[in-house]
Amino acid sequence: MQQFADYLLDEGILAGLPKSLGYALVIAFFAFVLLNFIMLVAGVTSWLERRVWARIQSRVGPNRVGPQGAIQWLADGIKNIMKEDIVPTAADKPLFKAAPYLAMIGFFGAWACVPFGDGLIIADLNVGVLYITAVTGLVVVGILMAGWSSNNKWALLGGMRSAAQIVSYEIPAAIAVNAVIVLTGTLSMQGIIRAQGWAPWNWFLFDNPFTFVAFFIFFVALLAEGNRTPFDLPEAESELVAGAFTEYSGLRSLLFFLVEWGNLYIIGALCTSLFLGGWQTPHFTDNGFVLGLVQFVVFFLKSYFLVFVAMWIRATLPRVRVDQLMSLCWKYLVPISFVNLLGAMLWVVAFPHGFLPARLGMFLFGIMVTIYFLMRVAFHLRRARPEMSWNPIA
Amino acid sequence: MEFQFANVLVFLLLGAITAGLMLGLGWLLRPANPESRKLSTYECGEPPSGSAWINFNIRFYLIALVFLIFDVEIAFVYPVTVAFREYVLQGRGLLVLTELFVFVGILFVGLIYVWAKQDLEWLKRVARPS
Repeated sequence: MQQFADYLLDEGILAGLPKSLGYALVIAFFAFVLLNFIMLVAGVTSWLERRVWARIQSRVGPNRVGPQGAIQWLADGIKNIMKEDIVPTAADKPLFKAAPYLAMIGFFGAWACVPFGDGLIIADLNVGVLYITAVTGLVVVGILMAGWSSNNKWALLGGMRSAAQIVSYEIPAAIAVNAVIVLTGTLSMQGIIRAQGWAPWNWFLFDNPFTFVAFFIFFVALLAEGNRTPFDLPEAESELVAGAFTEYSGLRSLLFFLVEWGNLYIIGALCTSLFLGGWQTPHFTDNGFVLGLVQFVVFFLKSYFLVFVAMWIRATLPRVRVDQLMSLCWKYLVPISFVNLLGAMLWVVAFPHGFLPARLGMFLFGIMVTIYFLMRVAFHLRRARPEMSWNPIA
Repeated sequence: MEFQFANVLVFLLLGAITAGLMLGLGWLLRPANPESRKLSTYECGEPPSGSAWINFNIRFYLIALVFLIFDVEIAFVYPVTVAFREYVLQGRGLLVLTELFVFVGILFVGLIYVWAKQDLEWLKRVARPS
């Protein structure tokens, strides 16, 4: 992006301006563009998620506002802006009001490092992965603050659970990433994507058995960090009212849900860039604009597919108990991820330049697993009663 | 790199500014009819009994302690994994691997100890003094 800013300053529309002012203008412009993109993605995800659940559970879902209910999220936002804002008298008011800000800061900070295409990244930090891990931690502080400051028993329980859960699952997530980092030797998001290829067998997912395992650990841990079902204990509607957000009303609770739905896309984007080849496409044209657009679309589709998988999981699985949650993390994911890391390092020692047969083998294995899975789905669809059958268009 | 970090700073600010602008807009538009019962703490419609600022379950502290140790460990693992490929290409991969193996191994002994002490169980069974 700096090259782009330099180009605009040298021969583009910003020619003649002082350098710092030009940079500031470019940064502000892209921040505004991405702000709109974030709002759109978070909003559309909130609508799409409800539609997808409804379809999976043989319901209809929101379909009144706009075609197929497509601007339901806008209506929800306007409704929430018009709602009265209630701060309980017993609450710790400064903390209560500060909590949504912290969650939003952590959430927006993560977007700065999401690579949408070759050069289409706001800040390609050399510590990218570490930065995202660190900055998303701010969301935890926001939720914990919300839970504590509400002075409400439900909120306190939700906030505490949330802190314990997010903090625990950060360990398998951070260790699983290392299985990729040993292959690339860089923490920069763009560097990791450039080390992969457009072909699926050049993705890190299929690079060796250890990255394959790491992908699933990473995805599960990120689901838990994003407070998604089956790990949505902090905000378990049926047991804790609304968890940490019980006392929040109107716009303030909307901000928390914006963070949750936006985080869903960040989960998809992270998994895509680390394991699924990111924006990599074949170099089919020299037209930079077309290539950039195709890369953006490829990246968006890949990450949105993972968002869809997360919705699917949420509509399918029941919530785990809090002791199951902790034992899953500490007794399974943490040991597996550490052993997995050592295995991945051993692999790099054995094959410093990659091992093509293993890649192709892993790719074939992945295809076989997918086919088996689709056969299972088809089997269950055939067995379903006709009135339960699923028609995506209806 | 300064350009990149300026971007990051702008984005962190953007989060706060967006939240502030939205809340400001809401402040202009929303009604405000506070009332004592409306402002009371929600406890299933009953009058709240006491404060929620209590000593909560000690499990959470234990989890936090174990997490802290592992998090420090991760902070040390990151630089090693980043530089690992260089070492392998220089032919010193096995040495680094052994060192990391020892490092992780020591921590694993700790994890096994915590596990054997049943501190990973949510409900710890304590032997009654007879």
